[in-house]
Amino acid sequence: MSFLSRAPVPAWPLAAPTDEGPGNPWISWRYLHDNAGALLSALEYHAGLTARAVILALIVALPLAVVAYWIRPLTGPILALSGILYTIPSLALLALVAPVVGTTTDTSVLIALVLYALLVLVRNALAGLTQVPPEVRDAAAGMGYGKFGRLWRIELPLALPGIMTGLRLATVSTVALVTVGSLIGKGGLGDLILGGFRNNFFKAEILAGAVMCVALALVLDLVLAGLTRLLTPWMRERPS
Amino acid sequence: MNYFQEGFVWLNDPLNWTNPGGLLDRLREHLEISLWAVLLGCAVGWPIGIWLGHRGRGGGAVVTVANLTLAIPTLALLTILPLTRLGFGKPPVVVALAVFAVPPLLANAYTGLRQIDPETRDAARGMGLSGGQLLRRVELPLAVPYLAAGLRTAAVQVVATAALAAFVNGGGLGEIISAGFGIGMSNGGGGQIVAGGLVVAVLALLVEALLAVFQWLVTPRPLRGVRRSRVAAAVPAG
Repeated sequence: MSFLSRAPVPAWPLAAPTDEGPGNPWISWRYLHDNAGALLSALEYHAGLTARAVILALIVALPLAVVAYWIRPLTGPILALSGILYTIPSLALLALVAPVVGTTTDTSVLIALVLYALLVLVRNALAGLTQVPPEVRDAAAGMGYGKFGRLWRIELPLALPGIMTGLRLATVSTVALVTVGSLIGKGGLGDLILGGFRNNFFKAEILAGAVMCVALALVLDLVLAGLTRLLTPWMRERPS
Repeated sequence: MNYFQEGFVWLNDPLNWTNPGGLLDRLREHLEISLWAVLLGCAVGWPIGIWLGHRGRGGGAVVTVANLTLAIPTLALLTILPLTRLGFGKPPVVVALAVFAVPPLLANAYTGLRQIDPETRDAARGMGLSGGQLLRRVELPLAVPYLAAGLRTAAVQVVATAALAAFVNGGGLGEIISAGFGIGMSNGGGGQIVAGGLVVAVLALLVEALLAVFQWLVTPRPLRGVRRSRVAAAVPAG
């Protein structure tokens, strides 16, 4: 419940370093040095929560996309539902989930993250699957592939670029979205940002949290882009 | 379901709506902030997008900008901007929200002008239209559906994100939720949290529906049946 614990504002900054020039600098190496442990653990928690959310979402999203692909009448409803869920603000979703699940663990944040990541993943995986040319499917059927064999050997690999695009989008937006979890004090780097704001506007802490958050998103995006290149060697020759 | 019942009980109390700082006050604040943010976003995103689309350049830059803003947490901008020259209060919140409204407006404006058939453009030039006339009489009217789609995406996103302004005491409906957490789950705050969440969600869905109707209305009749995918879908408010 860190969200509302507003202590009376002290007259002087509590944690702002006093021996680094006047006031409250945006970048304080002393702060970074003294709090390296706390910063790293927040980063680790942030990355871990992102990974758990995206992996869980991927495990649920792929079967959903395949079901929507196989049973065409279900495609419309699944996409419409995803659109509606996507419109619901993250804070509202968290406010609806948190009281039911409890605010002592990060389960409610995880649920909200999985729901949002799910929708990006389903949409992109479905787009990837529907882009498989009908000739290729016919050829596979002609070669004697069954429904599952065709899916596993032909359609999923060909849908891989779409799936990976969804995975990158989902990962980047999940990293940013974790910060909303600081509503219940489970926001990883978001807790740093909000904590700095509450701590008499301690700029060094705010900026450290924000920069680490953006950097984490960019690094994960680059890693996934590299992974895409490794997984889809046939895409490399064609500049897209 | 206990908390949901409490939420409805909370919503059923007229005082919770009309009190100072009650739902109606917060709703007005929320809409005010959102309106200014969307206007600011339009003032920045549309001219740039239209100009780039008219010149047919900078598509890569548009995509890069859209992807970069995805990585920025809203919370970071909301906390950093008040500490700059903007000062505290509404202006930093409006600017922070506008930053996230620009990418969909920009991307849709750019695509709207780029998707126009090159032959149409050639014909207009052949009729002797200058660059400015081409833009005003041919390109902009044809791009209206895309501009409306961008407006819809941006507005929904801003209304959704405005709830986060409560993190920095910026007002808006998020304050209802944060006040609920202040009361504490065990003291009956759960109902208020759920009620706030419901109101914010319903508001976002309403804005989406209203602007979908608006988009349909401004789309010329022959183009209405054509299903076009939105260029940049709203991203969850991070």
